[in-house]
Order: sequence, then structure tokens, then C-alpha cells
Amino acid sequence: MMNSTLKNSRLVNRLMTINIGRLFVILVPMLWLATFFFIPFLVVFKISLSEAIIAVPPYSPIFEWDATDEYATLKITFGNYLFLFEEYFYLDAYLSSVKIAVISTIITLLVGFPIAYVIAKSSSTMRSILLALVILPFWTSFLLRVYAWMGLLKKNGLVNEFLMSIGLIDQPIQMLQTDFAVYLGIVYTYLPFMILPLYTTLEKMDLNLIEAAQDLGAKPYQAFCLVTLPLAKPGIIAGCLLVFIPAVGEFVIPALLGGSDTLMIGRILWDEFFLNRDWPMASAVAIIMLIVLVGPIMFMRNGNKEAV
Amino acid sequence: MSSTTKGQSKFLLASAGAGFLFLYAPIIALIIYSFNASKLVTVWGGWSFKWYVALFQNEQIMNAAWVSLKIAFISATLAAVLGTMAGFVLSRMGLFKGKTLLAGWVTAPLVMPEVITGLSLLLLFVAMESLFGWPAGRGMTTIIIAHTTFCLAYVAVVVQSRLASLDVTLEEAAMDLGAKPSSLFFLITLPLISPAIVSGWLLSFTLSLDDLVIASFVSGPGNSTLPMVIFSKVRLGVTPEVNALATLMIVAVTVAVLAAVFIMRRQNKIEIPRHSCWR
Repeated sequence: MMNSTLKNSRLVNRLMTINIGRLFVILVPMLWLATFFFIPFLVVFKISLSEAIIAVPPYSPIFEWDATDEYATLKITFGNYLFLFEEYFYLDAYLSSVKIAVISTIITLLVGFPIAYVIAKSSSTMRSILLALVILPFWTSFLLRVYAWMGLLKKNGLVNEFLMSIGLIDQPIQMLQTDFAVYLGIVYTYLPFMILPLYTTLEKMDLNLIEAAQDLGAKPYQAFCLVTLPLAKPGIIAGCLLVFIPAVGEFVIPALLGGSDTLMIGRILWDEFFLNRDWPMASAVAIIMLIVLVGPIMFMRNGNKEAV
Repeated sequence: MSSTTKGQSKFLLASAGAGFLFLYAPIIALIIYSFNASKLVTVWGGWSFKWYVALFQNEQIMNAAWVSLKIAFISATLAAVLGTMAGFVLSRMGLFKGKTLLAGWVTAPLVMPEVITGLSLLLLFVAMESLFGWPAGRGMTTIIIAHTTFCLAYVAVVVQSRLASLDVTLEEAAMDLGAKPSSLFFLITLPLISPAIVSGWLLSFTLSLDDLVIASFVSGPGNSTLPMVIFSKVRLGVTPEVNALATLMIVAVTVAVLAAVFIMRRQNKIEIPRHSCWR
């Protein structure tokens, strides 16, 4: 409704007729994003087709022009990609990243849903307080929130001390540097991204529908599955994508909380670049990661369009 | 309400309470332990401010904090300008060639894994340097460009959603009364969307201050930002100075957010930028 009035409004029509100013306002952000967001991907693709050499910068030129003999050489290699698919190490890392991201997304959904539901159904004062409580951790440093778990999960950390004091365990258990810590870290840091879209859809939901379902004899879980869940679907999808996509390429969490055997592709890209100084290989890793993620990203954009 | 729904809501309340506990327990533990006198981070040795003193005497951390604050201020300001333009273009300019492209470029950085953004920008800077000689080397300029690019997207989304929920009649009235497009924007639209721009700026500032991955890729030697220094310290384990630093940052952010919400509540009805949480 809003949209259609906006589209046909005289304001927009008027703004469309002014040329130079209009061109300027459109071109400045477009050029900025083209230069610093889009073109970089082309550069990554180009470099993924070159070879690592010891030089500055550390990759072989793809295109060379010999001025004296007047001929150009074009040298590209698919070696990096072949290597990616031949070495099970990389394949395992992609699969394990996707697996970790999927599982943590599901856990985040399970933890976030009740919170979003309670917020959406509370009184308006309470609602803004609870919303602020969800948003506040998001504004505080991501790195420091991951770091906070290091102190809790250590061998002699608070969680182990607590579990020992209530007699649940008698030896400290290894929690830091395990996959468990990585799952926990992802769920913890990405929880607000799940709660907020869920809240937005649940807030709009008509409670009468559930009461109607129950009056007609539905048990609470039936009403939940048949009424609440389908209505919350857009929020569930948006929340899951907002958690899943960045989680696949996560670096900080596996680096600080994961063990040496926690395979995640973001960390491998980092190591290829910073430790091995193999820029072409890092680029190939990035390109394959992009291909894995392009579907979910497009899907999210389309969902956004419908929501707006 | 029937008894069954009451039972259900009790279960819901309990799990929501546990969820909030989960969100806040680590932060609270971190704050408490920053006042721990003992050097062993997990053994409680009484209350003390000594890690705060040590923190302010640590030159490496203080220098990095200063670098980070400068970068965050400039990036947030640039991002606020460019992001407002992008948001305005997307919601007030009707259709134009490349609109879908721009819309995609504005939303994709919000979810793009940071390692990809960081690597791609670094490779761009290196290629540009060998082609045009600019940017010469890497340092603050390249970090500012990188941060502006991803923060711009957040500002654009916040501004766009504010514009979409805004009644166009005010702007149309000004237009009918003969306002030029530029004065229409600066006198009518800009004041109306200023809360969104302010929250976009604040968000950009905190995101820039917090970024580790992208800055690590595009920074040069001698330009370590605060997160880079923190990361190199905590990689080796928990350090009490970082606990003190974390506490100060958490307190600063909490105060800033509460103040911003309070001021904007009084001036104008404004939602805390939820969409901005799309990181």
C-alpha cells in the first residue's frame, strides 16, 4: 500500500525529472560500491587464476606485453582449483563449515524463538526494554564477546568450577578448543540476528488466530505447528539466512574457541593468506566460498524485496 | 486465557529467561573479573583497579585505540554521507538503470563473510597501486575505505527503511510551494530522516571500532588497530588487561546507546535500528 503510493507519488515523479543533481546522487554511491565492492571480486577471480611466486606482489602476472618483440602472453592456470578439489583437506573444510553453520543456525533458531515470542507478546513498555536488551550485546564488541567465553570455558574457568561445585563432574572437562565451543560461540554472537527478524514477524501475528484454533479443539502444540509456525515463516527464513551466511565464513570464533582440528574455511583462507602467503590459493578458496554462498545471498535479497 | 495457554507461556517465559541469562552471563562475568586483584584470571583475589591502571600505561594498546578511534570517526562520517545518498536513491528516485544492481550491492555486504571482503579489498588495493600508483602502500587510508564500504550498507538500509515509513505529504507540500529539490532535501527530508542517520553513524562507528578481519587484511605495518592488538594478545590466552579494556568498552557503548535512545525518544519517535542488526 505504502509502496504503491510512493511509486506513483508526484514527489518521485518530480525528483525523476531533475537531471544533473539526480545523476550525481545516483552515481556517487554507485561508483563507490562498484569500485570497492564489486570490482574487488573480479580481481580475486583474476588472481585465483595465477600462480604463487616469491615476489611483490606474490603472484604471477596473467597478462604480459613484450614491447620489444611486440607480443602479448596470457597465462592462466586452473591449478589452484584443481588442487582444491584433489585435496580432501579443502573439501572437508567446506563441508565441515557448512555443517557447523547449519547446526548452529538450527540451535540459534531454537534458542531465539521463545525469546522473540515472549518479546512480541509482552506489553509495550516491557517490549522496548526487552528489545533493547537483545540489541545491546549486538552493539558491544563482537571480538570481546567471543573472548568472554574463553574465560568461561577454560579448564579452570567458571563453567568447569561451577559444574564441579554442584558435583556434576569431578574433573574439569576440555571445552575450550573444541567444536562444542565453536557452536556455542556462533549461537551466542549471532543470536540477536535471529531474534530480531523473528520478533518482527511474530509482532504482526494476530493472537486471535491461535485462540480460534484452540477453540476449535487444537492442542497447544497443534496450534503452534499449524498456525504460529507458518505465520512466522518469513522471519524464520530471514533469521536463518542472517546467521547461516556469515557463519560459514566465520574466522574469529574458530580461531579463538576452536581446536586445531576444527576445520572452517574462513580460517583456512586466513592461513593461506597470512601464514603461507599464497594469495592465488586464498583467492581460489574465496571464489569457491562465494559460489557456495551466492544462492543463499540471492535468496535473502528476494525475501527482502517481498518484505519491503 | 485457558489453562493450557498459561502452561505454555510459563514454559516460554522460562526459556526466554534462560536465553537472556545466556546473553548476559558472559558479559557480567567478564566485568566482574576485570576487578580481580589476582593475576591468575580465574582465581578471585579481592577487588582491585590495578588492571585499569596497567591498561592506561600500556602504550601499545593506547596507540592502537587512538588509531581505531580516528578510523572509526572518519569511516562513520563518510559512510553516513554515502549511505544516506544510497538509501535516498533507492527509495525516492523511482526506477533507473542499475537500481537492482545498487540494491544488491547495498544488501550483500551485510552478510558477506569478512574474510572474503577483506581479501578482495586488499587485492584491489594492490592491483590499483601497481596500475595507478595509488594507494601508495597500505595503512589508515585503506582501512578507512574498507570500513566506509561495509558501513555504508548499514546506513543505507536504516535510512531506506526510515524513508519508506515516512509520509510523503510533507515533502510534496514543500514541492508544491516551490522548493527546489536541493532545499527540499536539506530543509524537509534531511531533518525527518536525521534520527536514522544518527543511528546509522553510531552503528558504523561501533562496527568500525570492532572490526578485526577486514582491517587485518588491508592494514599496513605500523597501523595496528585496537582489535588487531586485542586479538594478538588474547590468542595466547586470557589477559586481565583485556578484561579491563572490555569492561570500559562495554560501559561506553551501553551509555552511548542508552543516551541515544533517550534523546531520540524525547525528540521524535524512533525505533532502535533493528534492520541494522543485519550484519
